[in-house]
Amino acid sequence: MLSFRKSALALVAAASVGAMVAAPASAQTLKVVMHSDVKILDPIWTTAYIQRNHGYMVWDTLFAMDEKFDVKPQMVEKYDVSADKLTWTFTLRDGLEWHDGKPVTAEDCVASIKRWSARDSMGQKMMGSVASLEVVDAKTFKMNMKEPYGLVLQSLGKPSSNVPFMMPKKTAETDPMQQIKLEDVIGSGPFVFKADEWKPGEKIVYVKNAKYKPRSEPANGLAGGKVVKVDRVEWLAMPDVQTQVGALQNGEIDMIESPGHDLLPLLAKDKNIKLLSFNPTGNQYTFRFNSTAKPFDNAKIRHAVFVAFAQEDFLKATIGDAQWYKVCKAPFVCGTPLETNAGMADVLNGNAAKAKQLLTEAGYDGTPIVLMHSTDLQVLTNLAPVAKAQMERAGFKVEMVSMDWQTLVARRVKKDPPNAGGWHAFLTSWVAADILNPVMAGFFNSACDKAMFGWPCDATIEKFRDQFAKETDPAKQKQIVEDLQKYWVDHPTHINVGQWYAPLARRANIDGNLTAPVPVFWNVTKK
Amino acid sequence: MLDFIARRIVAIIPVLAVVAVFVFLMLRLTPGDPAAVIAGDNATSDQIADIRTKLGLDEPLWTQFAIWIGNILQGNFGESYFFKKTVAELIAQRIEPTLALAICTLVFAVSVSVPIGVLAAYRQGSMLDRVVMGFSVVGFSVPGFVIGYCLIYIFAIELGWLPVQGYVRIGVDFWKFLERMILPSLTLSVGFIALISRITRASVLEVLNEDYIRTARAKGLSNRVVLMRHALRNAAVPILTVIGLGIAILIGGAVVTESVFGLPGLGRLTVEAVLSRDFPTIQTVILMFSVVYVVINLLIDISYTIFDPRIRY
Repeated sequence: MLSFRKSALALVAAASVGAMVAAPASAQTLKVVMHSDVKILDPIWTTAYIQRNHGYMVWDTLFAMDEKFDVKPQMVEKYDVSADKLTWTFTLRDGLEWHDGKPVTAEDCVASIKRWSARDSMGQKMMGSVASLEVVDAKTFKMNMKEPYGLVLQSLGKPSSNVPFMMPKKTAETDPMQQIKLEDVIGSGPFVFKADEWKPGEKIVYVKNAKYKPRSEPANGLAGGKVVKVDRVEWLAMPDVQTQVGALQNGEIDMIESPGHDLLPLLAKDKNIKLLSFNPTGNQYTFRFNSTAKPFDNAKIRHAVFVAFAQEDFLKATIGDAQWYKVCKAPFVCGTPLETNAGMADVLNGNAAKAKQLLTEAGYDGTPIVLMHSTDLQVLTNLAPVAKAQMERAGFKVEMVSMDWQTLVARRVKKDPPNAGGWHAFLTSWVAADILNPVMAGFFNSACDKAMFGWPCDATIEKFRDQFAKETDPAKQKQIVEDLQKYWVDHPTHINVGQWYAPLARRANIDGNLTAPVPVFWNVTKK
Repeated sequence: MLDFIARRIVAIIPVLAVVAVFVFLMLRLTPGDPAAVIAGDNATSDQIADIRTKLGLDEPLWTQFAIWIGNILQGNFGESYFFKKTVAELIAQRIEPTLALAICTLVFAVSVSVPIGVLAAYRQGSMLDRVVMGFSVVGFSVPGFVIGYCLIYIFAIELGWLPVQGYVRIGVDFWKFLERMILPSLTLSVGFIALISRITRASVLEVLNEDYIRTARAKGLSNRVVLMRHALRNAAVPILTVIGLGIAILIGGAVVTESVFGLPGLGRLTVEAVLSRDFPTIQTVILMFSVVYVVINLLIDISYTIFDPRIRY
């Protein structure tokens, strides 16, 4: 028995030594576990964040947002707007090349803007004010407007889904409702996608684009020079968070994009691992109403929920450690140019008595609120029980229906009555970069059937959103946001229930991660 | 015999037909919409409806079923909604890790469980017997993922002998392949060893009380010969049956084990496909697992004739 044990140990030891000897030098390969596996390669076809992150590896953008939320030229060398603000002229930088060696042209960019705007709500809004897109020469194109539009740069420099990535004309002419082909994953960005090494469910590989010409400015947020400092980046598919952490501790991987809040104390204790909050604006939890379903078709009853809620309970229940959350009443996110608490004084204070009084005044008849509860995503699971408790304290009758996230996603687009397969409310989370202004923030869209699920129908909110989009003076835009916010508090389409942050975990020898709303891999070094 | 095999193969057809209908209906009746998953969180209802149309999900249920079955009969398993790859390609890409895990587990589990089961029976009531029975209770009771995490903690994080996760293809580097197979195979083996060792003990115990064993001993045969040639061989039929039934445990266990150890196999493909409602992939993988299960049990039935000459088909 003893000799068997010795033999077994010797065999295991031999295997380990053999592996150590055979291990290739991988100093310049960054091995990362992202929040999800990349299944879809087209970042325009879907709004999912993993495809957005993949997009930033392969493709480049005309403009990009820096750390201070200023939009800066990226592929564009210079741009000009006419005095009447009806003609925008964009000129591309010299030396821009697709990964197959062909030059990037103005034609490519025009086709890309058209495809992106067919899928993106902010793009659609902008194109509503665009008369034509006109190619001037190989490097220059014009955007002729029907009317002045205040969000041209913010739209073209939109940092999050859908990002207006520039693609070759042939690719950009793909039907926006169809995915691009595998062989068309060719960009002009800082990394080249290795189609031959892509194994869905296992890994996706990018190598440094040696021909990429970064801007001369230092990297800043998503703007500035995209200087790649590693040879290769591998995103490994590893669904189990516990395994991810073990692999990071063991040095098998270099970075985890979102390690999960309950494991952060374990990682914080390990001196070989550093936690980094790369996205300073983080994310925002949101309670969404179905504004078409009784009793939430009544604005006063929706307002009562706003009055009943207190953010910190939601944040404590889901995130726990105050280091990783922030009580923030501003719907356009704390720490951004449009942060304001206008109109918010009387809401989100957990005032059950006031909420009860509002319900009585509004004639709430006790209709049970069907609250969808997602149970399989850790960052969302504890939100619905908190909402239920706070609403019940205010006098609502709440029927919480538990389901997995994908079931919730399918159910939330149904307009059936809540007691027959529909819904009244659910909770989700937005990346702050997606909700920086009322045009970008999808839940503010109140265009009835054309709005996102929940389908709010409010002409006043739509008027404010149009005014904001067409206003070119930032001070006046801020004023519009304050006016909108004061109105919205009484006619809410959704409720922001707190801001939270998800740090990335990286080995101590990794450095250079940029402060940005999206995890990007240029500027990252591995010692 | 050939007649029996032909009849059993023909019998697979209705089994697969039932599985096909069942899986198709289960998926369509389960809440969830692949179009909504594909479109992402920021998509509007119109965008989701457009994707649903492109995928043919707005067709009546029977039309969708007819199209799917028609394609299957032509050897076309369809294209994954997400990967832009055919399901056949996906399966081909993912089959190696699962096959390797299943073979390693089966070999390890059988070579450990049968001897300890026989020894436990031979030394009934001894400390060894109690340890084996105690282990089998623990093996049944502790979930696979707990065993996996414990093994990772001990052998990968504390001792640093083996990697936490990952898979290296056998053709790329055999030693790396082997070292990455040890912990997953051990994890998956625990339940299997518990099952087989218990059945082996019970079967051998029953045989050990037979007259022919007493006769063999009276003839002066050694304990080893009595156990291996007479007892184990006669106890083999129920053991083989359990190994065949245990394939289902293996398939179910692979789903969990592959997730814990980051193996890019069919188990994980199934989980990913279910979570994202990738209907063509789920349907094909489940059909494939059904075929594997039925074929392995057919082979087990055939193998009875080797161990028990009284069995004739």
